Amino acid sequence: MSSTAVRTRGRFRGGAGLGLVAWLAGIVFFLPIAWMALTSFHSETDAATNPPSWGAALTLDGYREFFGAGGGASPWPALINSTVASVTSTLLVLVLALPAAYALSIRPVKKWTDVLFFFLSTKMLPVVAGLLPIYLFAKNAGMLDNIWLLVILYTSMNLPIAVWMMQSFLSEIPVAVVEAAQIDGARLPTVLTRVVAPIALPGIAATALICFIFSWNELLFARVLTGVVAETAPVFLTGFITSQGLFLAKVCAASLVISLPVLAAGFAAQDKLVQGLSLGAVK
Amino acid sequence: MTATTTAPAAAPQTSAAPHRPSARLRAWATRAPLLPALIFMIVVTQLPFVATLVISFFDWNSLYPDARHFAGLANYQEVLTDPALRKSVWTTVLLTVGVVLASLVIGLLLALLLDRRFRGRAVVRTLLIAPFLVVPVAAALLWKHVLYNPEYGLLNGLLHYVGGPQPDWISGTPLLAVQAALVWQWTPFMMLILLAGLQSRDQQQLEAARVDGASDWQIFVHITLPHLRRYLELGALLGSIYIVQNFDAVFTLTSGGLGTANLPYTVYQTFYQAHENGLASAAGVLVVIGSIVIATFALRVVSSLFREEVSRA
Repeated sequence: MSSTAVRTRGRFRGGAGLGLVAWLAGIVFFLPIAWMALTSFHSETDAATNPPSWGAALTLDGYREFFGAGGGASPWPALINSTVASVTSTLLVLVLALPAAYALSIRPVKKWTDVLFFFLSTKMLPVVAGLLPIYLFAKNAGMLDNIWLLVILYTSMNLPIAVWMMQSFLSEIPVAVVEAAQIDGARLPTVLTRVVAPIALPGIAATALICFIFSWNELLFARVLTGVVAETAPVFLTGFITSQGLFLAKVCAASLVISLPVLAAGFAAQDKLVQGLSLGAVK
Repeated sequence: MTATTTAPAAAPQTSAAPHRPSARLRAWATRAPLLPALIFMIVVTQLPFVATLVISFFDWNSLYPDARHFAGLANYQEVLTDPALRKSVWTTVLLTVGVVLASLVIGLLLALLLDRRFRGRAVVRTLLIAPFLVVPVAAALLWKHVLYNPEYGLLNGLLHYVGGPQPDWISGTPLLAVQAALVWQWTPFMMLILLAGLQSRDQQQLEAARVDGASDWQIFVHITLPHLRRYLELGALLGSIYIVQNFDAVFTLTSGGLGTANLPYTVYQTFYQAHENGLASAAGVLVVIGSIVIATFALRVVSSLFREEVSRA
């Protein structure tokens, strides 16, 4: 690394120079997103110029178009479906994962590490492995194009992550606290809601945000298993894959609006993001 | 951190219980909170896979349901000999290896930059994480229409300033176009894991090395890299598991055309458009076998990190 030479000359100046490089890298990585945001506020003609029009007049036309002002399909049903699928499956994940994590940390079952690794291994099974049987089952059971099917699948997709994350959060709670509550005669649900949950709340919140992100982003299941009624936001976005004349501002507005919940959730969970993404292996 | 301090402390309770009459009941009471999650996972993830395995042995086109019959390994033979399917196996490998390696190297450089103190570090970190927090389909649309567009995309717009060429990115280098978009999204993931690795280095050891006059390069080679090894492995393996499965980018950027169809896309197309259930299942099983190979190593790395956390506590 060039820092070797720099460090010998003066730690401070070297640090400032590399800080500048870091800033530059940050700006390069962020540029596409910044450009997407800027383009979403341009008119369609200003959005499609070469060289790019950085200072063109700002307008909300792209957003109006996206929300259906020009006669296109409204994104609201898809946004509502995505919200229902993501929020419901996240709640279901928490309901299932919290007791499971309790049985893997505070009051562990025998061979608790094996169970933990079973959960992890299911996460490594590719989605396509079960896609066809799930599709055939849904077709025969009349559950195609049904948002609740996605809720179940998203729950299974996120449950291993949640179990791993919560296991590591719960194992930080002193056993003495839990035992004291049990000696006082508290039953498991009471122990979970009154003693464990409050201490683990920041961890639980981060877990929930990460599960929300993965559900909101999911495309393959939604694409195959939903149609008109249960279409989610990413499926709605696939309508923009083929060009429709001048539509860059509209595409940018759509991409930004649909990404906003994920950006918000991701920045809120920033500190625990690594832990969630690495399935709890890295803290 | 304290996983073991709790575990051994609580374990004797359960194992000491048997001499009581209600021992079995208590063992089940310990297990009970685990069961809903466990049963749910087995039903929703394991059963469909078993079904896939069964279907993969049948010649079954859903347009001709009556012609369904047991075909043995014929589907696997077809998957492995069909040039298009074989190509998609190769594409999957190229896509995964290329994206994982590139994002790992760039992620390492960024993590090293972020590990130092400088003005606005938190802001830069936030800027760098942002690409990972764009919905994957939206990110792919952004690259396809807004950056790669040959006439008015940002890339050619920027090239225009320096009088460079105006390539048609997706038609010219389709696989590279998909890879670049994925590298942009996955570099933050690698960076975060490696940054966590850098920050878990033993600070006293680093200080001691510095006092002994070790240069930054020596510290990097002899202390940082060995320490980072398992974080690099973890990033590579988890990245591989996620990217082997990638569907969104291929579907959005090229719709599987121009030789970019990877296995997940091919499986999707085989049953969703060609209605070849048996063939799709066989391809799906192959994806699983590939993933199991990666996953075995991944589980080993996770478990070694996990045990280290446990023993450190």
